[in-house]
Amino acid sequence: MSSVAMHPAAREGTTISDLGRVATEGLDLTHGVVLYLEGISVSFDGFRALNDLSLSIDAGELRCVIGPNGAGKTTMMDVITGKTRPDAGTAFFGQTIDLTKLSEAQIAHAGIGRKFQKPTIFERHTVFENLELSMKADKRVRRTLFAKLSSEERDRIGEMLQLIRLNDSTHRIAGLLSHGQKQWLEIGMLLMQEPRLLLLDEPVAGMSDEETERTAELFVSLAGKHSLVVVEHDMAFVSKIARKVTVLHEGGVLAEGPMDLVQNDPRVIEVYLGR
Amino acid sequence: MNADHSYRRLYGVRGWTILAAFAAVIFIGFPVFNLAVGPDSTFHISAYWVTLLGKIMCFAIVAIAMDLIWGYAGILSLGHGLFFALGGYAFGMYLMRQIGSDGQYRQPMPDFMVFLDWKEFPWQWFNTDSFLWCAMLVVVVPGVLAYVFGFFAFRSRVKGVYFSIITQALTFAAMLLFFRNATGFGGNNGFTDFRRILDIPIATPQTRMALFAITGATLIGTLLLARWLVTSKFGRVLAAIRDAETRVMFCGYDTLHYKLFVWTLSAVLCGIAGALYVPQVGIINPSEMSPANSIEIAIWVAVGGRGTLAGAALGAGLVNGAKSFFTQAFPEYWLFFLGLLFILVTLFLPQGVLGLISKRKEHA
Repeated sequence: MSSVAMHPAAREGTTISDLGRVATEGLDLTHGVVLYLEGISVSFDGFRALNDLSLSIDAGELRCVIGPNGAGKTTMMDVITGKTRPDAGTAFFGQTIDLTKLSEAQIAHAGIGRKFQKPTIFERHTVFENLELSMKADKRVRRTLFAKLSSEERDRIGEMLQLIRLNDSTHRIAGLLSHGQKQWLEIGMLLMQEPRLLLLDEPVAGMSDEETERTAELFVSLAGKHSLVVVEHDMAFVSKIARKVTVLHEGGVLAEGPMDLVQNDPRVIEVYLGR
Repeated sequence: MNADHSYRRLYGVRGWTILAAFAAVIFIGFPVFNLAVGPDSTFHISAYWVTLLGKIMCFAIVAIAMDLIWGYAGILSLGHGLFFALGGYAFGMYLMRQIGSDGQYRQPMPDFMVFLDWKEFPWQWFNTDSFLWCAMLVVVVPGVLAYVFGFFAFRSRVKGVYFSIITQALTFAAMLLFFRNATGFGGNNGFTDFRRILDIPIATPQTRMALFAITGATLIGTLLLARWLVTSKFGRVLAAIRDAETRVMFCGYDTLHYKLFVWTLSAVLCGIAGALYVPQVGIINPSEMSPANSIEIAIWVAVGGRGTLAGAALGAGLVNGAKSFFTQAFPEYWLFFLGLLFILVTLFLPQGVLGLISKRKEHA
């Protein structure tokens, strides 16, 4: 009884940044695992995009997922983020949050951020506004109508602009940024959501070597605080950041382990690396 | 495009000045030159112009409502005439009741009911002799219809041209329904021959001017409300939904509620505009629900400039001004002209007339 009575009172005193904690409060990491996928199958018109896929990601881990085209990498992300519902299998975020029952927005709120293959930012908004909109906050209509940026929130946006090196373009229209800058902006937008788990689909596609280098550093520094799942084709990039690699093939896990072990796995060489 | 911070304010000095000038024309200029200056004077503004501008201001409210959902949220409705007509019918019921026994048949029931030999009011007419009840219906009927329709359409993620076609079908279906005598709203004749409003004779210059001024105030209020919405964080989310809805969802916004809110608000604004329109024009019939009417609303906004609000209101004024000229001078060519105008604006003025003006400014 008392806990029920306390709940609204506890909410009363929350600031916007505290609300982030309200959202991820339910994330139970008792077994040190942030994401469990078990026996996931997805079919599109008879084509099995995912076939009994099982995968688990530890809290704070940086995992790379590789695999040839059509291996099911993007579909896997669709399942985790609620865009696609699996035909069979379970997907849990922490111990308790069943991802197959939540909408995209609820999953984002629970603490999963996703970066798309093609940079998806708000092209007609400024860089600042892109970060403002994605920032962790109460995102219901009524709150958004009367939302005002606090100076603390402004500072957080400012820090993010430094981190993604867009502080010279703060009030530029995002559509005018270079491809690499857009990728960074999208990563910045994800981080503004303060996610526990980041899903990054080909984050360095179209980046210069220098940008790729800096992205690798950024991801390595993020691991620990966040968990990251990186889908990438760029093998040089993967070997630079990867601790553990998962190879997908025909909708299932073909091999999993440290990069050098996976690279020498004859099955992996046959389907992917050998070509 | 806006790269500075000024868009976070309602309006700058220039915007407020234009708005104040407009208010002065509506609240001072028109009353003085219509009522105080006699018809013999060259400066007299005739009832024709008062009614015409009053009508156009109602359309401007509709255009702003349309711009909110089309220009900002990217949802093209081709059925907004329905919400306008529903507001008009809701208020028209009150005006019909105000006729009392002064109709042609000298009966306490409206003429069309006497003609159909109805002995009592059907259920839709419950309490419609109350002004407040009908004023409530003006807001609630379009609002509830839009909310329910929008909920199912947006929840099923119906988008783009499919959504537009469904809204078009909705208004067409409603028109057929209202054409039937059995629906209880006067069939194809609709409502007309109004005598009084709040027991005051409706056809006097003073009542006409009062309705005109109320419409002007509502227009200004609508513009400021809409402007406040689009300059808030809500407005930025709305524009983000228009440009990249998936990203907005993955940011943690439930886009269904955002779209539903602005869609319902837009319908309610149309209903209010319809209620202001009917007493000024003196008639409401099902042709207001015709698909062509709703398409015309989209043309006003396109001509004025999508996503500018004031431009949408300006577009409603320009197109309807041209319409009243054309339908008198060359009545058979109006639709050709309207079609041509739409094609030319789409091809050469993607940002409408207002876009043209602000482009001039940049070059100067």
